[in-house]
Amino acid sequence: MPTDLDLTGKVAVVTGASRGIGAAIVRTLAERGATVVAVARSVNDETFGLDNVVPIAGSLEDPAFAKELVRTVFSRFKRLDVLVNNAGVMRPGSMGATAEADIVDVLRLNLESAVLLTEAAVRLMVRGGGGSIVNMSSIMGRVGAPGQFAYAASKAGLIGATLAAAKELAPKGVRVNAIAPGFIATEMTDALSEEARAEAIAKIGMGRPGTSQDVADAVLFLASDLSRYVTGQVIGVDGGFIL
Amino acid sequence: MTVEARVLSAFREALDIEGDVDPKELVYREYKKWTSMAHMTLIAILEQDFDAMLETDEIIAMSSFDKAVETMKKYDAN
Repeated sequence: MPTDLDLTGKVAVVTGASRGIGAAIVRTLAERGATVVAVARSVNDETFGLDNVVPIAGSLEDPAFAKELVRTVFSRFKRLDVLVNNAGVMRPGSMGATAEADIVDVLRLNLESAVLLTEAAVRLMVRGGGGSIVNMSSIMGRVGAPGQFAYAASKAGLIGATLAAAKELAPKGVRVNAIAPGFIATEMTDALSEEARAEAIAKIGMGRPGTSQDVADAVLFLASDLSRYVTGQVIGVDGGFIL
Repeated sequence: MTVEARVLSAFREALDIEGDVDPKELVYREYKKWTSMAHMTLIAILEQDFDAMLETDEIIAMSSFDKAVETMKKYDAN
């Protein structure tokens, strides 16, 4: 029986799809019936092994790729209902001692590529009568964190983009929201030292790191009709994390 | 249906043009109903009708009826 969480017939694009939170989002949306275009540098037919997941390999750091991606979606499906800007990279470093290339990389992938892809994708949503855009921000984009100067800037930028786009696109039926995960157990956070991990977990009200599925479920809500009257929001998925 | 007629139909629908207004005289942002939001609607209707995706440069340059016709002729074969 169809429910408000049923995504059958909808087309979604998820970036940063090959692992961690992105992969969980792909599987979650696909399980609900969406056709999911899974975008990552390294992704292929075997990555998910699902008939309704279409892998597209490419680098979002190349501005031309965003347009090419949307054209591909247009050619194959003629519609786009959900865009999840999830691709991101974290390059911790002390201020004044971080390589310029790292700062540029973080801003380019986390913020610039999401803005450019949204710009390219929104017309396809508008012509279909609406859609849902979900930007993967971070708790660090809301409250900052030492050693994450560029990362926090990029994620705060995504919140600004979310708020502006939500206002501009609401009359067109396109909802735009952001998710701000806290400490989520992924390959990205696995790179932290044991000490840093323990310190982070001690600050989580619920006493455990989040999972990729915790975040994917929030994305499902925002992608689905259950959130039909929700736009311009930043939803924390952080278990009560206090930074 | 000619390209001009299809573009005309799109203009009338997107800009909610009244009967005594000639769409061919309209200029983007000068005609009060041709706002940026209406422009987005116009592009969506044209893309839908012509089964095409316009380039950003084409969208920005589409500031009059004649320019719209000129642009959409490129996509008529689609």
